Amino acid sequence: MHKRITIEEALDKVQDGMTIMVGGFLGCGNPHRLIEELSKRGVKDLTLICNDTSFPDYGVGKMVVNKQFKKIIASHVGTNPETGRQMNEKETEVVLVPQGTLAEQVRAGGAGLGGILTPTGVGTVVEEGKQKLTVDGVEYLLEKPLRADVALIAAQTADEFGNLVYFGATRNFNNIMATAADIVIAEVEEIVAVGEIDPNHVVTPGIFVSHIVNGGEK
Amino acid sequence: MDKNQVKEFIAKRVARELKDGDVVNLGIGLPTMVANYLPEGANIFLQSENGFIGVGPVPMEGREDKRVVNAGGQCVTILPGGVFFDSATSFGIIRGGHVDMTVLGALQVDEKGSLANWMIPGKMVPGMGGAMDLVTGAKKVVIAMEHTAKGAKKILKECTLPLTAAHQVDYIVTEMGFMEVTKEGIVLREINPEFSIEQVQEATEPTLIIPEDLKEMIV
Repeated sequence: MHKRITIEEALDKVQDGMTIMVGGFLGCGNPHRLIEELSKRGVKDLTLICNDTSFPDYGVGKMVVNKQFKKIIASHVGTNPETGRQMNEKETEVVLVPQGTLAEQVRAGGAGLGGILTPTGVGTVVEEGKQKLTVDGVEYLLEKPLRADVALIAAQTADEFGNLVYFGATRNFNNIMATAADIVIAEVEEIVAVGEIDPNHVVTPGIFVSHIVNGGEK
Repeated sequence: MDKNQVKEFIAKRVARELKDGDVVNLGIGLPTMVANYLPEGANIFLQSENGFIGVGPVPMEGREDKRVVNAGGQCVTILPGGVFFDSATSFGIIRGGHVDMTVLGALQVDEKGSLANWMIPGKMVPGMGGAMDLVTGAKKVVIAMEHTAKGAKKILKECTLPLTAAHQVDYIVTEMGFMEVTKEGIVLREINPEFSIEQVQEATEPTLIIPEDLKEMIV
């Protein structure tokens, strides 16, 4: 198993028009190096699935400023005024989704589910165009699964097989996005030999991870 | 009261609602200030929807770690006994009824317990973030906000902005009073003695229910 690739090789996997998932919450837990390099490369017409669009100068927000997305699926875009501008001027399609729904859609996409039923959004604009089901007298929205061509995630440490350990609040969407894309690239701060991570501490099993890059690579 | 005193007053009153052992989610802005006034001796578990329980104070300058932030993106700390988890677990906690209380601000709230706090069409569309899940799933939903916005009423018969959720609000806490949303309408449980009932009513669109045992709002 040779999962370790260079930053350049990782970037080659993201092509114009693809759907990408990016882990992180307001930049915390974004794969910062990959994002930085992708924004330099100018790959375009991407669809982004991410909790938020961070800040204009931090994390995935930089790619918004660079106009690399044709569509953004997120729960919150308020911290990046450029997303709002592109949305209002209809340059970029923005789909806003409740955060818990987004998490479950991604989880469903990775877990082989046909969708999830959530009470969140019932009686609001979120229910527009969606199927409503009543289970035991309670109304739910049917929310469909989400998947991506490539998931770009971040973790603290990987072993050579891609078993991942996180630090602090960086786990957020990274752990679930690892399950829901055809290619999963994990950017980590440290890569260790197989066996060096205690199996009890692994959060994301390496079987989900296609490639590992060292975020500090020169 | 100046603006800061108003916010402090509201935050202190909300804090008095917290009980030992409560799991609580505080929204961005005024609600975050509730953390400064937690009841002494009570174990309160602050939940942050980006993925942890046990949110601690803002670290000293120079000790910030960008990997430990709250749902507003601000560097915080985690208390002993705290735990980190992913977003699916976090919203399982929220939607699943494991959060005892969520405290949020609102643009509008109405007498049916519906609230609007995530967009003003054509003007401000930041997105709902975790708010819709929080108000749908938390056991108690507390709105902490100034009673009016530059004189415009925020407590209405019916919200006019797109809803965050319908029929979920339990309490409204403002600088004027502590209100409970009931099936019959909004009950003014406590009043800030700086205001008269008439003044509170004038700043509120629906007719307030004034109980016989109306109390003074003490913080």
